[in-house]
Amino acid sequence: MRREAPQKLTDYAPLAFPAIMLTVFFVIPFGTMIAVSFFQRQQGGFYTPAFVFSNYERFASLFFANVLGFSLMLAILVAICCVAIGVPFTYLLTRMSRRAQIVWMVALLSVLSLSEVIIGFAWSTLFSRTAGITNLLVALGLMQKAVALSPGFPAVLTAMVYQALPYTILVLYPALVRLDPTLTEAARTLGASPLRAFFTVVVPALRTTILATLIMVFIFALGSYLLPQILGRPQHWTLSVLITDQAIYQSNMPFAAAMAVFLVLVTLAMVALTLFVGRKREAAA
Amino acid sequence: MSGLTLNSVRKDFGSFTAVNDVQLSVPHGTFVCMLGPSGCGKTTLLRMIAGLDLPTSGEIRLDGEDITAVPTHKRNLGMVFQSLALFPHLTVGENIAYPLRIRGAPREEQKRRVDELLAMIHLPGYADRPVAKLSGGQRQRVAIARALTRSPKLFLLDEPLSALDAKLREAMQVELRQLQQQLGITTIVVTHDQREAMTMADTVVVMNQGEIRQAASPMEIYRRPADTFVADFIGSTNLIDMDTDSTGRAIVLGQAITGLSAPRGGKAILSVRPEDIHLTAPGSDGAITGTVTFVRDLGGTIETFIDCSGKPLIAVSTPRARPEVSVGQPVGVVLDPGVCVVLDK
Repeated sequence: MRREAPQKLTDYAPLAFPAIMLTVFFVIPFGTMIAVSFFQRQQGGFYTPAFVFSNYERFASLFFANVLGFSLMLAILVAICCVAIGVPFTYLLTRMSRRAQIVWMVALLSVLSLSEVIIGFAWSTLFSRTAGITNLLVALGLMQKAVALSPGFPAVLTAMVYQALPYTILVLYPALVRLDPTLTEAARTLGASPLRAFFTVVVPALRTTILATLIMVFIFALGSYLLPQILGRPQHWTLSVLITDQAIYQSNMPFAAAMAVFLVLVTLAMVALTLFVGRKREAAA
Repeated sequence: MSGLTLNSVRKDFGSFTAVNDVQLSVPHGTFVCMLGPSGCGKTTLLRMIAGLDLPTSGEIRLDGEDITAVPTHKRNLGMVFQSLALFPHLTVGENIAYPLRIRGAPREEQKRRVDELLAMIHLPGYADRPVAKLSGGQRQRVAIARALTRSPKLFLLDEPLSALDAKLREAMQVELRQLQQQLGITTIVVTHDQREAMTMADTVVVMNQGEIRQAASPMEIYRRPADTFVADFIGSTNLIDMDTDSTGRAIVLGQAITGLSAPRGGKAILSVRPEDIHLTAPGSDGAITGTVTFVRDLGGTIETFIDCSGKPLIAVSTPRARPEVSVGQPVGVVLDPGVCVVLDK
């Protein structure tokens, strides 16, 4: 079938529904938020329409730079961990029998049904001194006495990776299923060990997918605001936690909106940078 | 012994036996074609030689060394896959240099070898092209070159030409054979195309249901098939029931044929190639009488379909020896005992 460019106005009709949905549920709320971010805050939790930059000026402090830096670092680390675990896992998964694949997929999808709150409290129990996994290690004779693993940075990271991993695998799965299994076999007949074949053939052949997955997990992790509060110390709180705090507990809508807009801009900049670097390397290769 | 030897190689997938006690010896420098219908175990056998599948039992030796349990990457072989399996993220040159690159060979050596191989496959100057920009035939050549980069001891090809159109395929068959002779490399090709096998092979190995039915030169396979499967699978043939009368003469379709050795058990199958059936006037001496049912004149050859008391036969003749036949008319069928093959029933 030959696709022709739309000629008449009515040819664009199928675009109307997605365009309306996007406008109502994305453009308008986001526009409102941008507008509010320039509003003037009134004492007592209200704000009046204005056009001031004072909300943005508050960022220019070491405190916010630290929080932003930590948020980005955490999101990047979660993305790298998820891809580092997800790619080999999904690769092995696609080589299993159909039956085993279904069992794994159902298990992974069931993790998605858990809310962030449940995941947070489940891990805080697992990391606790009284009922946590260290008790198991003591029973096995690997540790002297049980210790608390939370709150702490490793606890936050673990729970966030746990939460994002099913998404990672679901995004990677179709690309890995489509990957020609003879590519690895060909590499092996050319003298590459299975591990070497994986890193010299599977990973480079999937670099676009891997890059897309990194970006997706990065954005997903940036939005996390419950797990850092449940499992981390205040220095592990992300910008998302501060936004929630300002919006809900401090009733400072304009400042929360400004932070959200700022976070979106930084995120877009990071994504653009990643894509730019990825494209440049592809051109060089 | 130099070359490849398979000793009672067997492969089971669950309760299904894909390859059953295969015994084969391939001398160094030989071109072998494994031929058989799909599912006959030929690809499984090739994958076991490559080390991609492990045999359930048996032993594979290369140049006297037992390689049954040696992992694929330590076997020094080159393999061309049916899908070609060219690495999509690499250029033509990088694909060909891959075996050298992962071994950490110096860049100059890689470049020299790539240029050498590109010249050999008649694609000089293609090193920097992306693989996706090549035509089917060019990809084929690159896959062959990549498999030969390391100058392997063994060159394996799994249905290498099946993706090409008929004309290109025929040309590549000749090219592949010439390349193999020039390099003197032991080569095993899996194919289901008998023309391919007849064109290229020193030895054709005919397989069916996991077993080798015959391994011999193409002419031997064609002229002296070991059984009815081989006779029927290679080229086309007429398989006719054969009997003996009380005096020990061979009886074919009610006609005694002199000069044909009578089968031991009395009953047998006679394989007659269509080009070995001569058509004469009905009632001639020693001729079987039949009725012409159809004539297919293809220009280069003429196929005559004959019904001999219920048994359909096909005779092929050249335009020069055009038979005087017409549909519905009786015809005399003469079988040349010298070229007929008597097979066990």
